[in-house]
Amino acid sequence: MGRKILLDKINVPGIKTYEVYRKEGGYASVEKALKKMTPDEVVEEVKTSGLRGRGGAGFPAGMKWSFIDKKSGKPRHLVCNADESEPGTFKDRYLMEYIPHLLIEGMITSSYALGANLSYIYIRGEYMWVYKILEKAIAEAKTAGWLGKNILGSGYDLELYVQIGGGAYICGEETALIESLEGNRGNPRIKPPFPAVQGLWQNPTVVNNVETIAAVPWIVNNSGADYAAIGIGRSTGTKLISASGNIKNQGVFEIDLGLSVYEFMNSDEYCGGMQTNRPLKALVPGGSSVPILPANLIYKTANGEDRLMTYESLSDGGFATGSMLGSGGFIVYDDRACIVRNTWNFARFYHHESCGQCTPCREGTGWLEKVLWRIENGQGREEDIDLLWSIQSKIEGNTICPLGDAASWPVAAAIRHFRDEFEYHVRFPEKIKNRDHFVAEPFEKVKHLVAKQTV
Amino acid sequence: MKVTIDGQEIDVEPGTTILQAARMIGGESVPPAMCYYSKLKGTGGKCRCCLVDVTKGSDNDPRPMPKLVASCVTGCQDGMEVASKKSERVREARNAVTEFLLINHPLDCPVCDQAGECDLQNLSFEHGKLQQRFIEDKRTFEPENIGPYIQLHMNRCIVCQRCVEVADQLTDGRVHGVLNRGDHSQISTCVSAAIDNEFSGNMIDVCPVGALTDKTFRFKSRVWFNKPFNAHRDCDKCCGKTTVWMFGNEIQRVTARKDEYHEVEEFICNTCRFDKKEVSDWVIEGPRKFEKDSVINQNNYTRKLDKVVINTEKGILEGREIDRKKISMAEIDYNEKIDGTNINSKKNG
Ligand SMILES: Cc1cc2nc3c(=O)[nH]c(=O)nc-3n(C[C@H](O)[C@H](O)[C@H](O)COP(=O)(O)O)c2cc1C
Ligand code: SF4
Ligand code: SF4
Ligand code: FES
Repeated sequence: MGRKILLDKINVPGIKTYEVYRKEGGYASVEKALKKMTPDEVVEEVKTSGLRGRGGAGFPAGMKWSFIDKKSGKPRHLVCNADESEPGTFKDRYLMEYIPHLLIEGMITSSYALGANLSYIYIRGEYMWVYKILEKAIAEAKTAGWLGKNILGSGYDLELYVQIGGGAYICGEETALIESLEGNRGNPRIKPPFPAVQGLWQNPTVVNNVETIAAVPWIVNNSGADYAAIGIGRSTGTKLISASGNIKNQGVFEIDLGLSVYEFMNSDEYCGGMQTNRPLKALVPGGSSVPILPANLIYKTANGEDRLMTYESLSDGGFATGSMLGSGGFIVYDDRACIVRNTWNFARFYHHESCGQCTPCREGTGWLEKVLWRIENGQGREEDIDLLWSIQSKIEGNTICPLGDAASWPVAAAIRHFRDEFEYHVRFPEKIKNRDHFVAEPFEKVKHLVAKQTV
Repeated sequence: MKVTIDGQEIDVEPGTTILQAARMIGGESVPPAMCYYSKLKGTGGKCRCCLVDVTKGSDNDPRPMPKLVASCVTGCQDGMEVASKKSERVREARNAVTEFLLINHPLDCPVCDQAGECDLQNLSFEHGKLQQRFIEDKRTFEPENIGPYIQLHMNRCIVCQRCVEVADQLTDGRVHGVLNRGDHSQISTCVSAAIDNEFSGNMIDVCPVGALTDKTFRFKSRVWFNKPFNAHRDCDKCCGKTTVWMFGNEIQRVTARKDEYHEVEEFICNTCRFDKKEVSDWVIEGPRKFEKDSVINQNNYTRKLDKVVINTEKGILEGREIDRKKISMAEIDYNEKIDGTNINSKKNG
């Protein structure tokens, strides 16, 4: 049994309410931090813990906190990124919906560490019901004296607000989020300056993911060293994984980082193996923006080591043979999945969500989608596969924000690992026009046709 | 601070961007810029045309930067080394950006009024490809009336957002901006609002392509048939320093004066731009010079030309006389279409 840090109390009846949460030991980290620790000591604990940002990039949280400009004398802000728009990722919603006070507690403790007196939770517009839950939790916390002026008589003041976004993926990118929070169109800003120097209203700001902030209470209550003892190497602590696709148990799981992918996939505690026992075809381990892995690279890395659920192991070999832990959106495909259709679907999403500020992403994502659509609908040309490769390579690295990369990586990985499937689409348009291709006749069974043609 | 761009070293003040440093050096190393506009704050970083390769960060930090950077928004560091025109990676990236820009902004120039003044045309001359790889349908927009002076032709917009910055920084009561996302992004006004601010005409000047044009000039003439003169008048709203574009004795258009990077020297007001079209309104200073290879110089009158006599058989040149007349447009009645009916300027605009 993996240990539970974030989800430990999730099944306690009534844990959503302040009374139960408090009775279960909630808000202890605020008490400890405000009464016994200086803000810098809290930052130090988080640094020691090795906690890495759970929003996707995996940047060490303590280090990010230490970048915040304390000398400028300007007000500072903590902003919680609850936008959670990555397809395949639904873990933050789970935390906020079932144990909202954990996030509020994390926000208070973390804000104290940063010396922020005004903090925000920015939540996507589609999570309206979660927004209401958070509003209620904040009101309860305020009534109980955990928010407002002179909290616990410590002299520390904090106001906390929840703000709903319009429901745009790009508003999850931290600088676009800040723009949106300021009331502007959610366009990413050009970095530098980084938010830690000039963020919300030009003030030093830290943007952290829900799960990152929710881990802080445990770290303060126990210790950074205890947290660092969980996991392997630079992948410390536990991680929420939202698992979906053709597995027996879909849902949100908390794992110790370092668990093997095989165990996560197959043990009854987690995914429970493949649904209907069909063969595993592919895996997207970290949400739609990370490269897809073919079956032979899922359980083992290219050099034959066990693939682990860690930042390092999942990216082993770079993009040629690896992927990323990303935001932990674990999407499993069995042999009936059509990789081209799936790639098109992702491309459709990135095209729709590109903010349109910079040329390669604005124009390139649309182009990718259109070419993929044609191939998927039996109108592909042989040269389209190289064309796709070329388009994605011209987006990657040339854009303002990483959405451009997020749009190009899935396409690159799909072509790299499943080129024969693209070729099959192009060469057998008649078979492809049936939109249910591969459901009755998995690609494995028709693969030989492509091979024959190639010779 | 010392920076080296394509092997040429220059001393710059802290805070100078790579693009500014390159412009100080001048010549071939100056990156193309479609969205940056030195006269407007907060521009740049969007079009990605000005990407350069920073091969060495600074003396303290000698690592090669992992990425191409947008030169218009990246500050110089002491000891920085930059490859611009000389880098294969840079060329590739600029070619890619050009290809992307041309997806939805076709160079079917005869339908556009900006021919001869279009930065995209220049960019694609340098970085474009002969063949088109984009075979899908292009994005199109319904025509939209945004006010009495400015024609918006959204199909040609490259979303550089310079006009949005003009609206933000030069006009009050802003009514226009970007709607929608991705390649559906469009420049538009608030529902039913018209742009009529006194400084709004500057949007036309900053637009790098033919997406925003002057309704009072649109399709009156190709720019290279006009002769540009520097002129000024006493204006209580702006500097009053302009370029007037003459056809014969008629002022067909008034614009701000632009520098070698096609940026206005000083912004002007709508009164000067749209309402002062009489020669008597202006003090004409003299002809305005343009870059040697600018298409506007097709009509060059600042250089002395010897009459060219072509000694050849008359038959070969048949038709040439007639073409000449057409091109000179001297005998063409602009109010009449070829079939003899009068032009309805509203419909044409
Ligand atoms: C296009 C795009 C969308 C993103 N969406 C989210 C999101 O929904 N939630 C999130 O926490 N981070 C998202 N991120 C990452 C944030 O920019 C940022 O790195 C993160 O919120 C930092 O928090 P962390 O350090 O705790 O991970 C997104 C990034 C990009 C480029
Ligand atoms: S990469 Fe895409 S989403 Fe990011 S700034 Fe550019 S256009 Fe916007
Ligand atoms: S209308 Fe012109 S200036 Fe405005 S965004 Fe489009 S291309 Fe740029
Ligand atoms: S001019 Fe630098 S990105 Fe547009």
